[in-house]
Amino acid sequence: MSDTHAIHLSGQPGHPEELSFHVTGDHHPANSTLLGFWLYLMSDCLIFACLFAVYGVLGRNYADGPTGAQVFELPVVALNTSLLLLSSITYGFSVLEMQRDRVRGTLIWLAITGLLGAGFIFLELREFAHLIAEHNGPQRSAFLSSFFTLVGTHGLHVTFGIIWLITLMVQVGQKGLIHENKRRLMCLSMFWHFLDVVWVGVFSFVYLMGVQP
Amino acid sequence: MSGHVDSHGHGGHDQHHDDHGHGHEHHDDGIGHSTFKGYMIGFVLAVILTAIPFWLVMSGGFQKPATTSIVVLAFAAVQIVVHMIYFLHMNTKSEGGWNMLALIFTMVLVLITLSGSIWVMYHMDHNMMPSMMMREMQNLP
Repeated sequence: MSDTHAIHLSGQPGHPEELSFHVTGDHHPANSTLLGFWLYLMSDCLIFACLFAVYGVLGRNYADGPTGAQVFELPVVALNTSLLLLSSITYGFSVLEMQRDRVRGTLIWLAITGLLGAGFIFLELREFAHLIAEHNGPQRSAFLSSFFTLVGTHGLHVTFGIIWLITLMVQVGQKGLIHENKRRLMCLSMFWHFLDVVWVGVFSFVYLMGVQP
Repeated sequence: MSGHVDSHGHGGHDQHHDDHGHGHEHHDDGIGHSTFKGYMIGFVLAVILTAIPFWLVMSGGFQKPATTSIVVLAFAAVQIVVHMIYFLHMNTKSEGGWNMLALIFTMVLVLITLSGSIWVMYHMDHNMMPSMMMREMQNLP
């Protein structure tokens, strides 16, 4: 870590009590990884903004195909939304356990979060399979193309989030709650909550506004 | 830097962190300040702000669909702010304000992308109607 270099240059190795971690003139941000990850999320935000704009432009071009009111099942979307919202709070509980350095609690809440995320993906894939089986796949109309692209990209993000979550569970299980793992857990926390924010846009802009005549 | 002031203030009672040897890379910036209360407030607010628009749309909504859409969008905007504050722990002080600066910059770009695309494409659809093209053709010498 770059901090370590700064320490050894200024302090004397071998005399731990003289190590100073408050190097004067050090402008290294305290949590540059989290800031960098935040910048990544902001760039991800731009991807979703473009896809939302595409849906906003093409969302009403049905090409004689089905409309949003005909294909969207709001009860399923409501269930999906609850799953993702619940997974957000369970990840929050996992972070709280992590702050108290409890490995078991952290892992249990992470597992619950992963299961809720998997349930979300399952329901979404079922919806997609249902649409494609009725010949309402992405090639049917501009509306369905933009719908599949936007919702599919979000689903892909959640899928990778789950893979990341499992990886972190293995790492925490092997190494415990060391500082590096805490940092990784905080990055995934930001990623997971960010996906929930995007989903708020999806269920409002795509589903709830899409069923309006 | 505000981070240094923080670490001095918390150095005393964060005894178990000291053995990491990361006194100045303290956990307070991102890893340390989540609370149960904060998450619960955010969760309850998010549930309310999700349930109302779903109930509104599923029970038929207002007479004018445009009104329903605007209300749904307003609830979404408020809920996004709630998520930002209570789940993503956004504030003007974290990372010395760089978080907030990046967020504001992104929001400006998102607004330009969304409103610009929808505005331009709406008018293009409007002005490129087949009927209008025909009229233009007739006016040609």
